[in-house]
Amino acid sequence: MTMAGASKKRFTGKKVSLAISGWVIGAVFILPYLYMLITALKPKAEITKIPIDYLPSQWTWKNFTEVWHVIPLAGYLKSSFFIAFAATVLVLVFAVPAAYYVARNKFRGRTAFLMLVLITQMFSPTALVVGIFREMIKFHLVDTYFSLILIYGAFNMAFSIWILSSFFASIPVDIEEAAWIDGATRFGTLRRVILPLALPGLVTAFIFTFIAAWNEYVIALTLISTPAREPLTVGLTSLIGQYQIQWNFLFAGSLIAIIPVVILFASIEKYLVGGLTAGSVK
Amino acid sequence: MATGSIRRSRFGALPWIGPAVVLILVMVVWPAIEMIRTSLHEIDQTGIAKGWNGISNFRTLIQNPDLPQTLIRTLIWVTVIVVFTVLISLPVAQILHGKFPGRKVVRYAIIVPWAASVVMTATIWRWMLDGFYGIFNRILQDLGILKEPIDWLGNPNLAFIFLMVVAIFVSVPFTTYVILAGLTTVPDDILEAGAIDGANGWKRYKEIIFPLLRPALLVSAVINLINVFNSFPIIWAMTGGGPGYSTDTTTTLAYKISFRDQDIGQSAAMATINFIIILIFISFFLKVSKWRETSE
Repeated sequence: MTMAGASKKRFTGKKVSLAISGWVIGAVFILPYLYMLITALKPKAEITKIPIDYLPSQWTWKNFTEVWHVIPLAGYLKSSFFIAFAATVLVLVFAVPAAYYVARNKFRGRTAFLMLVLITQMFSPTALVVGIFREMIKFHLVDTYFSLILIYGAFNMAFSIWILSSFFASIPVDIEEAAWIDGATRFGTLRRVILPLALPGLVTAFIFTFIAAWNEYVIALTLISTPAREPLTVGLTSLIGQYQIQWNFLFAGSLIAIIPVVILFASIEKYLVGGLTAGSVK
Repeated sequence: MATGSIRRSRFGALPWIGPAVVLILVMVVWPAIEMIRTSLHEIDQTGIAKGWNGISNFRTLIQNPDLPQTLIRTLIWVTVIVVFTVLISLPVAQILHGKFPGRKVVRYAIIVPWAASVVMTATIWRWMLDGFYGIFNRILQDLGILKEPIDWLGNPNLAFIFLMVVAIFVSVPFTTYVILAGLTTVPDDILEAGAIDGANGWKRYKEIIFPLLRPALLVSAVINLINVFNSFPIIWAMTGGGPGYSTDTTTTLAYKISFRDQDIGQSAAMATINFIIILIFISFFLKVSKWRETSE
């Protein structure tokens, strides 16, 4: 009896400390964004008050409504969505067949292909910005969405191929063979049998590419010169001037940009762990 | 990898891997070669190549007075951030793997720095650390820790420390999720047994769970290594590499040389050296961690 009681007590004690440390961790990661919200809810005059106040004395949504007129925020949102979505589609359309073939076949050049993927994984567009800029001048693609879509697609290809091929490899071949006996084509099998099973991997590849493209900064900063075409990351930072920063609008705009992505991310959270598992085990 | 009795199409691998290969070659490999070529050319201010000039861009770069400090700083930057990110993510993942009320909410909270653009995260930190209006100074003064406000980002050393803090802050969520994914592959009873209670538990964690997490740790460390080395927006948005060049890494320095000083040849040389550094970093890391053995 006593032993059971003791162990139960210890169990709850452990549970309480687990919960508390969990909440503290959550708070640490959310607090800066909470402060972003608080700042965005302050009237302009209260932002440059010394010493700064913790909370607005007057709560106002004005920054959130006015920011659309101060900068072309709707345009930035549209640019970011279009570029990130197009790059993600490009990656999935190209990476799925490649990853599937690599997972299922031994072929001449397979090692070379895997090396290419491994090495390009090490490149980031930031490191190659000078080369990219010069190439885009040559192709007359400077200041186009197309250039960003191609670059984001290409640089995220390696990670997606890698995650997806570990996923495909973990699906037993027997399942496919059964489908072939039923007369399904190879592509039909991929679409109807394999892809649904690989959903967590697809979701992971999707979200990684989307986030990378949505958040990319350096290449967009370098390649896009028409202010109206700028994506969010570049457009919003245009509020950071040499001598003056419009913090209230910067943070209202940032939150408007962050919230849809957080919702998107949170809605696929349960797939995320599964999707990363394949990549981390292989 | 599984290889069944699979019917082969007439064109072999080409229709399957061709598009991906072409895109990678044109958009990743081409700019890499273009960059190396540029580093060996004399380039005028408008970007027009004026012919080969051997290693003279590299010579100019080596004479750049900011280079030695920047190289050392980059080494510190990468090492500190990757090590701390992994060290913090391990217990965080362990906690988030446990069951407690509100776990779902905490997991969503931790996603926010991952989903939010790094540029935006960097700007909120810059605002919190502001010398005049920053909430950090206010809190520390209210707690009686500080008498006078400090311009955190105006002091090179303090600024660099906070830049690393922010870099760790944005790297932990992804790393935590990779480790969480790794933890789901550890059978529950082993995990229960390994729950940290006393020295014995710690030993079990080290000897049983840790080895099982190794693939996840390797993956996240390598990806962090690449991301952190190439990290640009944090430094750019918070200090611009300043005061002066005192918080630049080789990545921001390369950008400054090319788009601020308009010396494209020298910048390409810096970027080429950057690539060699990351290759060395990663091959060293893979060698140390015996990546090949675990991945094959």
